[in-house]
Amino acid sequence: MMSQLDELYQEVILDHNKSPRNFGALDSANLQAEGHNPLCGDKVKVFIEIQKGLIRNVTFQGAGCAISTASASLMTESLKGKTVQEARKLMDSFHDLVTGQDEESYSCEIGKLAVFEGVKKYPVRVKCATLAWHTLQAALNQDKAPVTTE
Amino acid sequence: MDSPGVITQAALDVDRVRQDFPILHEQVYGIDLVYLDNAATTQKPRTVIEAVTNYYSVGNANVHRAVHRLSQVATEAYEGARVKVQRLINAADSREIVWLRGVTEGINLIANGLSAQFKPGDEIVVSNMEHHSNIVPWQMLCQRTGAVLRVIPIDESGQLEMDRFEELLGPRTKLVSVVHVSNALGTVNPVKRIVDLAHERGIPVVIDGAQCVQHYPVDVQELDCEFYAISGHKMYAPTGIGALYGKADWLERLPPYQGGGDMILSVSFEGTTYNEIPFKFEAGTPHIAGAIGMGAAVDYLLSLGLENIASYEHDLLEYATEQALQIPGLQIVGTADKKSSVLSFTIDRVHPHDIGTILDQQGIAIRTGHHCAQPVMDRYQIPATARISLCFYNTRQEIDAAFAALRKVQEVFS
Ligand SMILES: Cc1ncc(COP(=O)(O)O)c(C=O)c1O
Repeated sequence: MMSQLDELYQEVILDHNKSPRNFGALDSANLQAEGHNPLCGDKVKVFIEIQKGLIRNVTFQGAGCAISTASASLMTESLKGKTVQEARKLMDSFHDLVTGQDEESYSCEIGKLAVFEGVKKYPVRVKCATLAWHTLQAALNQDKAPVTTE
Repeated sequence: MDSPGVITQAALDVDRVRQDFPILHEQVYGIDLVYLDNAATTQKPRTVIEAVTNYYSVGNANVHRAVHRLSQVATEAYEGARVKVQRLINAADSREIVWLRGVTEGINLIANGLSAQFKPGDEIVVSNMEHHSNIVPWQMLCQRTGAVLRVIPIDESGQLEMDRFEELLGPRTKLVSVVHVSNALGTVNPVKRIVDLAHERGIPVVIDGAQCVQHYPVDVQELDCEFYAISGHKMYAPTGIGALYGKADWLERLPPYQGGGDMILSVSFEGTTYNEIPFKFEAGTPHIAGAIGMGAAVDYLLSLGLENIASYEHDLLEYATEQALQIPGLQIVGTADKKSSVLSFTIDRVHPHDIGTILDQQGIAIRTGHHCAQPVMDRYQIPATARISLCFYNTRQEIDAAFAALRKVQEVFS
């Protein structure tokens, strides 16, 4: 029973929850969006600085559960230096990972984000894991309206 | 300690009570279920399940419609259940009990029915601790009519600021609608006093009783409120059924809620004569099985005795509160003097959602989130709480299990 929990709350996740990376507003951002998960009241803001189609910097702000905070934190780490297209692909792969799709279907290298694989056993937590990513997508689409995972 | 001839035994025998609830003997993830989410919905005793099954097995027919035997049997059971609900809350007349889906529908019915009487600038007073179902229907009314919602603040302990309530009552106040017992905080509100203060100024009062009738005896005549709404599923009855009490003269003055069968006396294309109360509000084939199940739930509650239930649950809450105070970093949200068996809390550095998942893995069902009471969360500036809500079939051992699991949560996040 606890082993399945350990799979969900991996060390890396707990660490990123405790000390989130790239946390705070980003003055140089030229894209940003806000996301909301009504189920747990989580709110996240994602800031992106893009230059010539390349993601120079990403940060996030907000309060959430461990899964959503760690997911946002790891997301920001994994995006720096990627093109917008690569970022979108990574988002698809991440989504497949946490919803338990076949590994072969991942459209690109998931790397460190693999720590979120345990989420697939907790369908109600998928929304927590994907909130930051949905918000990223909204920012990339330059949506002004807040997104929700409902 | 027990001396012969002195009854020291609790009036409520929890082991026996637990035998009445089949689901309490189920397992989740191979572990015995510990169900501590009773404010969301309660489990059903066998008598309720059997009443529903029995209706479908041997008594199924539509009500108020046919001359055949089964229809009469169904109608008697359905109307009999109405009388049981009437007795539960001591309404003067069973015509004052309208069958509906629950509190949400009850409040929507009132808000729709009263709409025409509101003018721009009229005020409706609710409290900061309302469930969304006692906020949104009034906001919708305000949008339609230009009326304004006013809010009674709550203090740090989760009690209504009664002075502020009095100040809010003015010439523009047309209605007060407040929750009897808060689902998010457990606060038991002084509704009798609220009704008295409102009535001194001729203002009618609606009470959301969703979290009250299953815990305490309620007497609507003594309260003297105009409306009192309850939900079956929170008082050990099926989902999809509930009741709205309304004083007969108020119900008579309200227009029908929906149009259709059963709510009419006669229909022609020139016009329709509406049925009498309560049928005027019961358009269409109702949830007959649900109503019968709710009648059985009333019988069950009364057989245990609401005084016994209240005192047993009070002990449980005290026990759980003591345990909670021993957990470092745990803050109880809602510490009113008079509280139902609800323990809402937060734990430093751990989001309630993570608490919920970790407890769930140990077979313990609690609720985490905003409990459909976002203004309460905003009041305390927290996104969510974890909530243990107890009832008469819970035990001290279950509370121990929950707190052992909470210690595990703190380990994971240490
Ligand atoms: C205080 C309170 N009011 C109203 C409701 C709404 O009840 P229902 O969903 O049964 O209509 C609930 C239940 O969630 C509640 O706890």
